[in-house]
Order: sequence, then C-alpha cells, then structure tokens
Amino acid sequence: MAIDTEQEVGPGAARTPAPSKRGLPGIGLLKGLGITLKHLLSRSITQQYPDEKPNLPARTRGVIALKEANCTVCYMCSRECPDWCIYIDAHKETHEPAGGGRGRSVKVLDRFAIDYALCMYCGICVEVCPFDALFWSPEFEYAEYDILEMTHEKERLEEWTYLVKPPPELEVGAEPPEEEVVAKAPDATPAQAPRAQAPAGPEAGTQAAAQPAPQPAAATAGAPEETAPARPAGERHEVEPEQETFDRVLQDELGKGTDRRVAEGRAKAAAIRAARKKAEG
Amino acid sequence: MIAALLAASETGNFINDLFDSFWLVLALKVAMVLGLALTAPLAVGYMEHKVLAHMQHRLGPMYAGRFHGWAQLIADGVKFIQKEDVIPKAADPWVFTLAPAVALVPYIALFLVIPFDNTIFAENLDVGIFYTLAITAISVIGVLMAGWASANKFSLIGALRAAAQLIAYELPMILAAVAVVMQAGTLSMVGITEAQHSHWYVLTQPVAFGVFLIASLAELTRPPFDMPVADSEIIFGAYTEYTGLKFAFFLLSEYAGIVAFSAIAAVLFLGGYLGPPFIGGLLPGPIWMSAKVGALAFFIVWLRATYPRLREDQLQRFSWVVLIPLMLLNIMVTATLKVLV
Repeated sequence: MAIDTEQEVGPGAARTPAPSKRGLPGIGLLKGLGITLKHLLSRSITQQYPDEKPNLPARTRGVIALKEANCTVCYMCSRECPDWCIYIDAHKETHEPAGGGRGRSVKVLDRFAIDYALCMYCGICVEVCPFDALFWSPEFEYAEYDILEMTHEKERLEEWTYLVKPPPELEVGAEPPEEEVVAKAPDATPAQAPRAQAPAGPEAGTQAAAQPAPQPAAATAGAPEETAPARPAGERHEVEPEQETFDRVLQDELGKGTDRRVAEGRAKAAAIRAARKKAEG
Repeated sequence: MIAALLAASETGNFINDLFDSFWLVLALKVAMVLGLALTAPLAVGYMEHKVLAHMQHRLGPMYAGRFHGWAQLIADGVKFIQKEDVIPKAADPWVFTLAPAVALVPYIALFLVIPFDNTIFAENLDVGIFYTLAITAISVIGVLMAGWASANKFSLIGALRAAAQLIAYELPMILAAVAVVMQAGTLSMVGITEAQHSHWYVLTQPVAFGVFLIASLAELTRPPFDMPVADSEIIFGAYTEYTGLKFAFFLLSEYAGIVAFSAIAAVLFLGGYLGPPFIGGLLPGPIWMSAKVGALAFFIVWLRATYPRLREDQLQRFSWVVLIPLMLLNIMVTATLKVLV
C-alpha cells in the first residue's frame, strides 16, 4: 500500500486507507506471492505441546486455585457461582483467648472442592473473594479419564497456587496499580492503605523537576506521573493526544524507516504521554 | 489398444525392448502407471500439507512416520478405509457409487502418455496431447454424477458449478495447447518435447503458458478457482454426501489431477524431460521431468496459500471476456509467424 507523504496525519486520520498509487497491473498479485514465500522461508512459531511446554503469559487463566490460609469460609464464591460447582464444608470452633474472657467463634474449612466438569471458567468466584483466597493459575493439565474425578479437592487447588507467576512488567506509560499509589501517598495511614478505597494524597505529583512539590516527600523518583493533583488515586482521566508531538515523533520514526503502522502507534503513545505531562502542569 | 501398443514398440519403448512377451509388457506397464498414479498424488498431498503449513507459520504433520510426518497421508488412507460407507436414503446408489471411479480413472489413464524420457513412457500416442486434454474432461462427469446422485441441493449446485467451470476453462486451455502444437508441428507428447531441444516453448509462448496454468487451476477446482467446493457457501459441493473410501477417491483424483496437469504443462512449455541448456546433460530425463512437475505442483499450492476465492460470475467473465479472446489472438499470431518465419 503506497501512501502519499502529504497525506493528512493525526490520530484520527491514522486508520483511513490512503488512495494507493496504481502500479503495474497485477503487481499486487505478485506482492501477495512474495509475502507467502517470505513466510514459507521464515521459522514457524508452533510450540509442539506434549514435547514442549507452551510459553504462556503470566496471567493465563488455566484453572482456579485456592490459598487455604486466606479463606474465611464466607461462602461468597459458592453462592455467586453460576453453575454451583464449588463445594464448601466447614464447622465452627470456639477458641479461648489466651488472656481469658469470652470464647471466640471461628469457622474452620473442612472441604473446599471445585467440580471442573461443571466450572465454566467465568472467574466470578475469583472476583468476589474478599480476601484473595482464589486465584487464576496457569496450570491446564488436569484432565481425568473419569468425569467424577474432575472434582478437585483443596489440597490439589492449593498446589496450583504455587504455579502462579509474578505479574508481568507494566507497559510504558501505564497507570500503576492502585495499591501502589496508595502505599506511596504521604498521608496514607495504615487504616487507609490495605484496600485502597480512600482517595490518595492530593500531592502525588510528577517528577520533582517539573514542579516544586508542596510536600517534597511525595515527589520521589518512582512516583507515578499520571496521578494528577486532587484526584482520587487510580482513577483514569482521558487526555487528547498532542498534535505537535504526534507529528514530530511520526516524522522521526518514518525517517528511521519504521513501518508506518508501528510508527503511528509510537507517535500516538508519545503524544498522549506529552499531553498527560502538560495536563499535570 | 493392441495396435497402439505395437506402434509404441516400434518407437522404441525401453520395456518393449527388454521383454518379448506382449502380456508381460502389458502387465508391467499397467503396474507402473498405476503405481505412479497412486503414489505421486500422495507426494503432492504431503507437499501441500507442509508448504501450506509453513506459509502460515505452522509445522504441519509432525508425528506420523516419526520423521516430519511423512506417513501422514498413508495414515489418512487407513482412516478413510475404516470409515463407515454412508449412502443417503434418497440418493441413486448406483450412480452415487460409480461417480468416484469416473472421476479418478481418467487421471490414471492420463499417466499412460506422460513421457519421462524419450524411451520411458507407457504409450507414445500420435495424438498424445489431444488424448490428455480429452480424457481430463471426462473427470467432471464423475463430479456431475456425484452431485446429481447425492439428492442434495448443495451437491447439485457444486456439480453444476464444476461443469460450468469446465466448459468455460476447457476452451482457453485447449487453445493454449493448440498454439504449442502448431509450433511443434506434432500432437505426440514425445514429439512436442523433442521439438524443444533448442528452446523451451515457455519462451515463445509465455502468454499461452500463463493461460494454461490458470485454466488448469480452474479445471482442477483449486483455489482461487474452487467455487465448486466453496465450503463457506455450499459445504463441499458435489462431495458433501461422500464418506470413507469414496471420498478418498475424489481427493485422490484432485491430487492426481495436480500431477497430471503439471506434467502436461511441463511437456508443453518447459521442455518435459529435457534439462535446461548447458546443464541439461548432468541429470537423466526422469529427474528433470519430476523436478518440473514438482515445481509446478508447488506453484499450484503456493497460489492456494496466497489468493482468496473468486466469485462465480467473476470466474466466468474472466474466461469468456479475457482468456478466450486472448488465446484466439495468440493462435492467430502464432500461425502468422509460423508461416512467415
């Protein structure tokens, strides 16, 4: 696809196909043959699964795992489960406090099982679990020869938590996790910190050089640049990409010989980063 | 048949020279032609599996036969034999059963006249190229029979598409071959090959070569001209109701067709068993012929991986409006030059 250099550039114009110059008749057919030939000669990306373990992303949703220590037997997962595939049995015990006084009731988990013959992997149980006892695990090799054996007990579910990988690196320019924002806010008290429901400190500013921070402690080098003043932490705010930055980066990238599609993507990312920086002063 | 065999013995076929017994020679020839017609398509089919896969960044079959899945098509054949042979209740059982054979046998018979060297062939018919082009047209009758006998509207539409496609593309194909025949001055496959000692006809007839290839694709109902089996529209065309061994016969006839048309194109335009100038003597004729057939078969698979399917009306228009006038013009030019030069 040939594109005129005078063509209007910008985030809106990026995806409209340019009127292509007409080359020799049938040149497109030959180009198509060239592409398939190129692919024929390049390495294939197949992972030969039983011989070779697949290279899965860290957050693969293979199976639901249980971290038993976190479970308080609140039954929320089993009640929310759309097809009733979670089985929970528990009993109550009374623990006498060490210093004397009234005995405290605690629920003790006897059985936690998920019937994977019924589970449809909707992940609602993982979502509702208030104490992060349920996880997505990348394990996927738990097929059985008998459908009755598809009900896996808590010991097996616990093993799968060991396979959960650390989270992948965030993309450039991505907003940090809200827990991190709250933890880094200067006036984050222990009461506020764990669940991150409270608004973060208003002064979670950008780089120290950009602006003298009212409270210098907030402007650490690692502080998130997207957190605008007087905004609740973690809330997204949309900005319009900056046109000048877009044009400049696009020209740079095209000058370097980058593919146009890639160049437009990089230019747009740079434009949004610049616009965010400006919006925050 | 006997007369043709006797004629062949006079032209010096190597089997005829080796053995005196007529029946022994006949049995040997039948065995060799059958062996070639049943194994070469498997090789092409395996090549298609692998080439198509790698063009899509896949590996293709890797397990059957341990080494890169070389035995995949043998395994497929065993699977087809085991399958239940279903004949629909409303189908015409005789026609339904006969159709795969009618589709396959012409392509096997076509291998009779393909020369692999100036002495290695089963028959050297004086009307060789006429015979090949005539007999390939019979195959579509098998498809038509299959479509009609299946009592299924998708099958019928597919069969009629195949027939319409054959009528539209048989003409430019024959006209392309006619130009070569005029230049060579003979209809014999060996004769046409021998006439290309100084230069291959792809140099003098490049347009006819291109049109012949396009028309072969259409005759074979290969992509991008596979409307008769367009799965997104009519399931699998005339073969929709077929299972097991009968279905395998249709598949075999498709791949035998690829080999057959590649061989005809190699003989007509690429000098058949003759090697290229200067290095032609390095390798024997059968190897050159096989290499050319393999290259053309690869090209046919390559097109399948590259182009999407055309629409039915586009296909018909392309033949009647572009290819046939072009080939008539080509014949006129060839005839004029033949007289003048």
